[in-house]
Amino acid sequence: MSSVATPAPAPRRRRRRRTKLQRRQTKLAWLLLLPALAIVALVAIYPLGKTVYQSFTDQQFLAGITPTKWVGLDNYSTIWHDPAWKHAVILTLKFTVITVTFEFVLGLIIALVVNSSFKGRGVMRAVMLVPWAIPTVVAAQMWKWMLDDTFGVVNDFGVRTHVLSHSQAWISNPSTSLGAVCAVDIWKTTPFVALLLLAGLQVIPKDLYEAADVDGASKLQQFWRITLPLLKPAILVTLIFRTLDALRVFDIFAVFFGNRLDTQTMAIYIQSAIVGDGNVGLGAAASVFMFLIIALFVVIYVTFMRVNEE
Amino acid sequence: MTTAAESARTVSRPVSRAVRMRRSPIGRFVWKLPFWILIALIFIYALFPFYWALRSAFTPEAQLFDTPIQYFPHHPTLQNFRDVLSSDFFRRALLNSTIVAGSVTLISLAVGSVAAYALGRFKFRGKSSILYLMLSMTIFPQIAILGALYTMFTGFHVVGPIDFPKLYDTEWALIFSYLIFTIPFTIWVLTGFMRALPADLEEAAYVDGATPLQVFYKVLLPLIAPGLVTTGLLAFIAAWNEYLFAVSFIQSQNHYTVPVAITSFVGKSGNAFQTPWGELMAATVVVTVPLIVATLLLQKRILAGLTAGAVKG
Repeated sequence: MSSVATPAPAPRRRRRRRTKLQRRQTKLAWLLLLPALAIVALVAIYPLGKTVYQSFTDQQFLAGITPTKWVGLDNYSTIWHDPAWKHAVILTLKFTVITVTFEFVLGLIIALVVNSSFKGRGVMRAVMLVPWAIPTVVAAQMWKWMLDDTFGVVNDFGVRTHVLSHSQAWISNPSTSLGAVCAVDIWKTTPFVALLLLAGLQVIPKDLYEAADVDGASKLQQFWRITLPLLKPAILVTLIFRTLDALRVFDIFAVFFGNRLDTQTMAIYIQSAIVGDGNVGLGAAASVFMFLIIALFVVIYVTFMRVNEE
Repeated sequence: MTTAAESARTVSRPVSRAVRMRRSPIGRFVWKLPFWILIALIFIYALFPFYWALRSAFTPEAQLFDTPIQYFPHHPTLQNFRDVLSSDFFRRALLNSTIVAGSVTLISLAVGSVAAYALGRFKFRGKSSILYLMLSMTIFPQIAILGALYTMFTGFHVVGPIDFPKLYDTEWALIFSYLIFTIPFTIWVLTGFMRALPADLEEAAYVDGATPLQVFYKVLLPLIAPGLVTTGLLAFIAAWNEYLFAVSFIQSQNHYTVPVAITSFVGKSGNAFQTPWGELMAATVVVTVPLIVATLLLQKRILAGLTAGAVKG
């Protein structure tokens, strides 16, 4: 305390040296980030801005015949009043609710089963990666063949076991077509959901269950009081990723129905407006709508998570 | 939590009859039976569609359309595989997909590992906002920029004498647009690998007079090599499976990638109204088996890579 004056310059010099090093580090870090940021700007941020701009114009794919004009909110009001868009939004939401619910419940059951130690657990985990590794389009083709109305195995098995009275046209029949696409998505994604939840389960300390056993808590009580609360973070993240994925579904619907009007999802609507009709401005406006819907879901989930943390 | 902790202190009660029953050999078997049935069901559920594709691929085309259908081919044949692999259409698609997915993977790994070095080993302001940007990009809906990319790829004037090249209907359009989902993903995952490395390795190298770039490719890069393989495989699979951009930006058949080819498959007969299911299923098997094999070989690492983000939040 007495020799206050003497050590003063040393830390200052050291601090300056550190900031100089820090500045050099910062410069180098940004330099290293430059290629990545340039690509992200060119591939994502610029096109996103361009999409928003295009949504206010009557941009056509074959521009040049008539110059592109600024049309204000015309595209937005066209889409707002388009029954096909409304239908697409509702269909996408239905698909999302059905698939995410089933994938979560089935995925949780599978995760709980595989989490208990038994011989062949490694094999089971490997097996669960198989549907995930199959390309969505390929999976859709496999199921399209399985659901074939005359030679499909689903109809054959159903009729043989008397679950079905006669063969069904699962894909072309409007009352079963949504169920058919959902089945493909659920098959392809449930194992993946299970793997995510399984990773969450394995973080829960084993001694909690041992303690609960000693206390005589039933397995069901243990599930509600220990497993579920501690699994919550993993559950929420899984649900967010699955919901966002389901909202932008394109592949399965495209393979099953092509451009059939009563089975358009938001993504199919946008893609056929842009690529099919060349109506880029209109498609861009629909993209912005879809973006907002997805953002809404993100906000809901994130606030839900925050509320739960407090 | 608290109840569980308290319960640890209580003395265990005498074993009930139900528990004793469960511990006898017969009881254990009966108790475990529903469990094994459940395991079997999950097993069948996960693998049956793939089995069915295999079975259809090995069944002669004519017998595919026999009723009642055969659950196991009586006369397995390789004819479907021969037809598919000898078709120029499919071979071309395989080549295109390999080129596209391969280049996308290499570019992403090169750019991503350098960026991950900066994000994982340096302290600087703005780092966390960049990490957030990358994370939000991984859930970016690609359809949102379809229109903009579509018009961009038909070529446009950038500034001065610079024109954006016409990429429409070329493999370049796909390589370029696939970076939107592979780059943020590789950066995010590789940053995790970079961060996990201990700091003293680097310090030792700096003391020996190494430059930051030497530290990067002589010390850090070899250490995260397993991470590079896993991340690369995941990026490759994502690019290999992509359909939306591929079906939107590619017009001519000889530029089709595998997913587009699979959906517009016309068999040897050339009849557009009769889907050649045998050949098609052989094609799906050819396309899928390498992915499944690679996934199973790297199973543990893939699980770690996929779940790291989800568990930590």
